[in-house]
Amino acid sequence: MKIYIKNGHLIDPSQGLDSIGDIIIENGKIKEINTKRKERSTKSKGLSKSFVKTIDAKGCFIMPGFIDMHVHLREPGFEYKETIKTGTGAAVRGGFTTVCCMPNTYPVHDNASVTEFIIRRAAEEGSCTVLPIGAITKGQKGEELAEMGTMVKEGCIAFSDDGSPVMNSLIMRRALEYSKTFDVPIISHCEDVTLSDNGVVNEGLMSVALGLKGIPAESEQIMIFRDIALAALTGARLHIAHVSTEGSVQLIRDAKKRGVHVTAETCPHYFSLTEDAVKGYDTNAKVNPPLRTDRDRQAIKEGLRDGTIDVIATDHAPHHADEKLREFDMAPSGISGLETALGLSLRLVHEGVLTLRGLVEKMSLHPARILGLEEKGVLKAGSVADIVVVDKNREWKVDAQHFVSKGVNTPFHGWILKGMAVVTICKGKIYEQ
Amino acid sequence: MLKTKDLLGIKELSREEINLILDTAAGFKDVLGRDIKKVPTLRGRTAVNLFFEPSTRTRTSFELAAKRLSTDVINFSVPTSSVVKGESLIDTALTVQALGADLIIIRHSSSGVPHLLSKNLRASIINAGDGTNEHPTQALLDAFTVKEKKGKIEGLTIAIVGDIAHSRVAKSNIYCLTKLGAKVRLIGPPTLIPQEIKMMRVAVFHSMEDGLKEVDVLIMLRIQTERQGKGFFPSIEEYSKNWGITSERLAHARPDVVVMHPGPMNRGIEITSEIADGPHSVILEQVTNGIAVRMAVMYLLAGVKRS
Repeated sequence: MKIYIKNGHLIDPSQGLDSIGDIIIENGKIKEINTKRKERSTKSKGLSKSFVKTIDAKGCFIMPGFIDMHVHLREPGFEYKETIKTGTGAAVRGGFTTVCCMPNTYPVHDNASVTEFIIRRAAEEGSCTVLPIGAITKGQKGEELAEMGTMVKEGCIAFSDDGSPVMNSLIMRRALEYSKTFDVPIISHCEDVTLSDNGVVNEGLMSVALGLKGIPAESEQIMIFRDIALAALTGARLHIAHVSTEGSVQLIRDAKKRGVHVTAETCPHYFSLTEDAVKGYDTNAKVNPPLRTDRDRQAIKEGLRDGTIDVIATDHAPHHADEKLREFDMAPSGISGLETALGLSLRLVHEGVLTLRGLVEKMSLHPARILGLEEKGVLKAGSVADIVVVDKNREWKVDAQHFVSKGVNTPFHGWILKGMAVVTICKGKIYEQ
Repeated sequence: MLKTKDLLGIKELSREEINLILDTAAGFKDVLGRDIKKVPTLRGRTAVNLFFEPSTRTRTSFELAAKRLSTDVINFSVPTSSVVKGESLIDTALTVQALGADLIIIRHSSSGVPHLLSKNLRASIINAGDGTNEHPTQALLDAFTVKEKKGKIEGLTIAIVGDIAHSRVAKSNIYCLTKLGAKVRLIGPPTLIPQEIKMMRVAVFHSMEDGLKEVDVLIMLRIQTERQGKGFFPSIEEYSKNWGITSERLAHARPDVVVMHPGPMNRGIEITSEIADGPHSVILEQVTNGIAVRMAVMYLLAGVKRS
């Protein structure tokens, strides 16, 4: 099957591509990229009949498909929250062609049989590519290393105890050291859980005003400091998940200056919202790490702008509506983020914090590089045809009831966002809005 | 006339609304002094005490207040309810509403539960204490008591002593007393006073002797023994030595100082018997006033037609 995408504005930061052009896709791969006006016109006249599908991307941007390094697909074990089918459906709707799923399933993804299960289910029912992230430790208990090597063989691309951070510094050191064998990143959910002490919101004005237990920014920063120190000690590849505080951005900035192998991600809610969103005890704004202050939000934006933060990931965490309709203390943390990530991130482009090229780096090129996915994050002949066509100015209203994801838990319901993925192509398969 | 169908917290009330409740309560206090302590004001209405935390005094106070207004009142407490069978909070509350409750008086260990019910139920919700958030009727009865004893609240210096961080009584009192124009001081160890509380227009003291100077009203909070061993203070004895109120310490306050306590008291820990039973104490009057204030709240929520 051949696909011809014409008249779009191609953006590929890896090769400095930033111009009007066409793409020809054949058998799930990019066959040709054409930006020369003359050749384009002869091609479109002469060949258009032979294409099975032609997409006119006039006025839109054609980008390498987005890669979300941090999602929770909930399968196996929590299919009532989300499945690989619905989660990847939400992904392609949001412009993502690859998602990396966290291991906090049931059973925990800490062994190769779960890796194999996820990859098989994704092949059967997934709309996009699913790359599993295995647990660092058995049962995510922080005690014994999981069998990383076996899981890598089955297709794991990184390791993380997301949500249950490895508190024991020696185990974390060993994990970082051992991961070097396979050249995979360790993704750290940085939180000193003893300092968080079951907190549910940011410690500050809001925790006092609402009488909710606070989690100080230091709870994140202390662990970032520790993990950076361990990354420097071991020379392993450390990727810091969902950065939420000003102090964290500073720690990562300093570490990068010193040449430590550290990369970092943030999520759209950390640059779009502040702790004020939990007013009225809105459990849809309960997330871990918690939403912070405006000062933190501005620092996150600056970190994205100056390159301290490499990646925008969603931390897509779908939950059942009944689980969120309860006591704030008891409601699970998380935001269903795949379908709003692009619209929220484009706000940074409209505000001038990021260029479109910068956005593509954060959402596609950098995740591909961090995960060692050479064929992804680029628009090059021979690469896999993971492509997203973005209309950056089309306005739409967020309506959680119409999410593809089973998780309707979003604090962005009713927001007007500008910009969306109009076509997502995964390995040559087309999904149109 | 209150602006909303619920009493969720003092934070949500205006000064005018607080004064309306206090003035209405004064009328009901007269009723309580009569031989026949009952009025037909809310006859035919149903109130449910939905208590997810053990409580005797607050529940009894609400129960009596409802009865004095001729309201049918039912107690629905956790050990006897279906909550132990795994029912969700919302389902329990909807069931109570379906049973015909006009007023639901809720106490819960999680902050924000009254707000959750308020959004999902038609019935009027009265917050009888939620987590470490608020306990509005306690603050209202404290304000009522202060006004009764001092004739006013505006301009008074009022100190609250103890575990401010975990106290919903302290939070509601801070909102209430500052809205009514009092100068509020908080006294306790730094581990029990969150730094951000200063935004609530209060002064913070860590020494009793300093904090008690010129104080007109002293509100002692119950210290929970569970806090010991969690790093908030080394021992109950040390806490008592530093932040308990004794006659010696009380001499630092104004001579006509009034001492209050929301109960239940730990005699010999945060307060000596000498003070609890002494001439400055109005602790038992607080209990009586609690009924009048709760009658006023129920009347204003369920007895007045809302446009």
